[in-house]
Amino acid sequence: MDFDDSPAEAKFRKEVRAFLEANAIPKSQVQSRYTRAYPSDDMVQRACDWQKAKADNGFAAILWPRRWGGREGKPIEQVIYNQEESRYDVPRGVFEITLGMCMPTMLAYASEKDLLQHVPSALQGREIWCQLFSEPSAGSDLAGLRTRARREGDRWIINGQKIWTSRANIADFGLLLTRTDSTVPKHAGLTAFFLDMKSPGVEVRPIKQVSGDYNFNEVFFTEVSIPDSQRLGEVGKGWQVAMTTLSHERLTVGEIVGPNFADFFQLCTIPDNNGKRPVDDPAIREKLAELHVLTSGIRYTRYRVMTALSRGGNPGPEASIAKVVNACKLQEIAALALDLYGPAGMVMNPELTPMSGWFQQAYLYAPGKRIGGGTDEIMRNVIAERVLGLPADHRADKGVSFDKIPVAPPR
Amino acid sequence: MNFEFSASAMEIGTEARKVLEGRKALAGARQVLNGAAAYDSELWSLVAGLGWQGAALPESDGGWGGNHEALCLIAQEIGRSGAALPFSSSVYCAIPAIQHYGNEAQKKKYLPDLASGKTIGTFCLSEGRGDPQHAQVEAIVVNGLLSGTKWPVPDGTIADLGIVVAKDKNHGGLGLYLVRLDGQSVARKRLDCIDPTREIAHVEFNETPAERLGDASSAAPAMNDLLDRVAVMLAFEQIGGAQACLDMAVEYARNRYAFGRPIGSLQAIKHKLADIYVAIELARSNAYFAAWALSNDAPELAIAAATARVSATDAFHLAAKENIQTHGGFGVTWDADCHLYLRRSEWLALVVGSRRSWKARIMSELTKHPEYVAD
Repeated sequence: MDFDDSPAEAKFRKEVRAFLEANAIPKSQVQSRYTRAYPSDDMVQRACDWQKAKADNGFAAILWPRRWGGREGKPIEQVIYNQEESRYDVPRGVFEITLGMCMPTMLAYASEKDLLQHVPSALQGREIWCQLFSEPSAGSDLAGLRTRARREGDRWIINGQKIWTSRANIADFGLLLTRTDSTVPKHAGLTAFFLDMKSPGVEVRPIKQVSGDYNFNEVFFTEVSIPDSQRLGEVGKGWQVAMTTLSHERLTVGEIVGPNFADFFQLCTIPDNNGKRPVDDPAIREKLAELHVLTSGIRYTRYRVMTALSRGGNPGPEASIAKVVNACKLQEIAALALDLYGPAGMVMNPELTPMSGWFQQAYLYAPGKRIGGGTDEIMRNVIAERVLGLPADHRADKGVSFDKIPVAPPR
Repeated sequence: MNFEFSASAMEIGTEARKVLEGRKALAGARQVLNGAAAYDSELWSLVAGLGWQGAALPESDGGWGGNHEALCLIAQEIGRSGAALPFSSSVYCAIPAIQHYGNEAQKKKYLPDLASGKTIGTFCLSEGRGDPQHAQVEAIVVNGLLSGTKWPVPDGTIADLGIVVAKDKNHGGLGLYLVRLDGQSVARKRLDCIDPTREIAHVEFNETPAERLGDASSAAPAMNDLLDRVAVMLAFEQIGGAQACLDMAVEYARNRYAFGRPIGSLQAIKHKLADIYVAIELARSNAYFAAWALSNDAPELAIAAATARVSATDAFHLAAKENIQTHGGFGVTWDADCHLYLRRSEWLALVVGSRRSWKARIMSELTKHPEYVAD
């Protein structure tokens, strides 16, 4: 057992470090670490510039084929890059969906002509994409979506609504999943497309969240026209396309932005008005020990996953562990942090609050972390069914044509 | 990144599993539960023949030149099997105590027989209620003779040799002493234990000959250091036990039908079992780090051992109780095997000190070494 890189990994890490040192500022040299969950929209330009720098130096798409600007690297190299980059203050949260989910789907299904038009632009930070999957009545049950695509000659006409679409407000293009047939069971009636977000009939409305942030949008489609050439996969095979997209999500979720264990530990060393430090309180000490155990367990689980990747394996559903644990941990840390100083924990004024109200903010956005990217409940289903081999739940809509599936209690 | 056991260690683990399954170790434990024997002595001889007791000892001390990695995976299999063996007392406690704190003559004298399983050793620390880390030790050695009372002593009537913590009248302070437990001056009584397949005993010493471990002048060894080493091995046993519980629960949930469907298709069961899986994998990862620290004599041993211990204790506790819950009424019968693991989980959870005491050890390490506080 050791924690060392293989010679090839060490060489790669050296290259990554040289690039980051020359092009980015370490977090330790930045004044405030207390950032919100996502960068604000005024950081979009910075994100585009950073994306271009990564592309110019060959780090934008480590796993992709060379002919599309990738380096045909191994998953372990992507992990090494992420590890090194996480120590730097670089803009995140703008291109992850574009490059992590939408482009891999395009590479699997789009025509050469479309790839030539979009892949280099996205890689270079000139094109932002969003993923138009979830709907008000189709979240965890994605295949229950209702946005209609109706064929008219060599075009498709879209009517319906999407929701929880990150970056739709700044996106140039979108990956869209629609229903093209309601008379067959739900998975069999779906078809996928991509579209220009500036098409007539597309309306984007930001959603205000509990935290006051606007990280998601609703997207409305009214008689939006898409050429058939922008269809991805066959008619009725949209579910397979969506699975391609979502299989790439595994590499990108699990890490949660926000105050972590070390930040909370530091908070516990700040005395209250009576000079008492929470870290000396036995009740807090027990909580800190428990959080340490959890944090350490996640760290070394990541090392085990890296070892498997280093030996050429692929990330499995085991990655669900980090998602389930980290979201709940963030919520617990935030609640404990607010409790440390009594009534003052309610105060959100940055100047009156330790660490500028960071934990108060986290308290408000943590609930969303347990939902986005697969709810706690869905992640537990994934572990139970794919890892432990337990049988799937009974489904009342199995084999039933979509238009016969109940959507409300019977009257 | 090479954060995985060596292929040879894993092979030994797989082999150990086959041996214990072939020998039906749990059935042997049930014999002990029903009072037929103090421990599974046939299995003890069998695994001694395979060299398990000496797995981590160099060949010069009677071992087979293995290493801690192999022993960790043997421990995991013993935990999984539920075997009724005094393995932890002899192999995780007595052997490393002599190996690390004994002088050359003592190693030569005691280790080969411990490694071959001919001698069974144990660790005598507690004197009644309280965590061993802060034990108020009253046992005292005067001119080489030990007097005092120890309880609970794991495997106290089974073991031949005790490593006893006692005050030293001549030197002051605490020391570790090698004491034969089978002599006339030792009164031993088996106590009723929450896990009858692992013994605890009440042991009284009355001017019993005691040999100081190490040289007469050597300083008292750090008790915590020895407990850390023990905790790493116990963590692997606990993880093995937890995995056995999860496997039992999954198997039952797949085959038990209610309301016309397997209960494992119900999310109330499914999510419970997913949570156990997560707890076990976190514990396994923490234990891996502890195994690394132990194998490399790393300064991180203290934090790694305490973290692994708390993590594994919690995982086994969760798995053992929820396995019963998954089995429903059948789970609380004497005939179902679930209770064997419930009992064992608590035995292992307490034998080197409470959960609280190990959490306190985590915090003292984190406070001493701010660099350990990381996400």
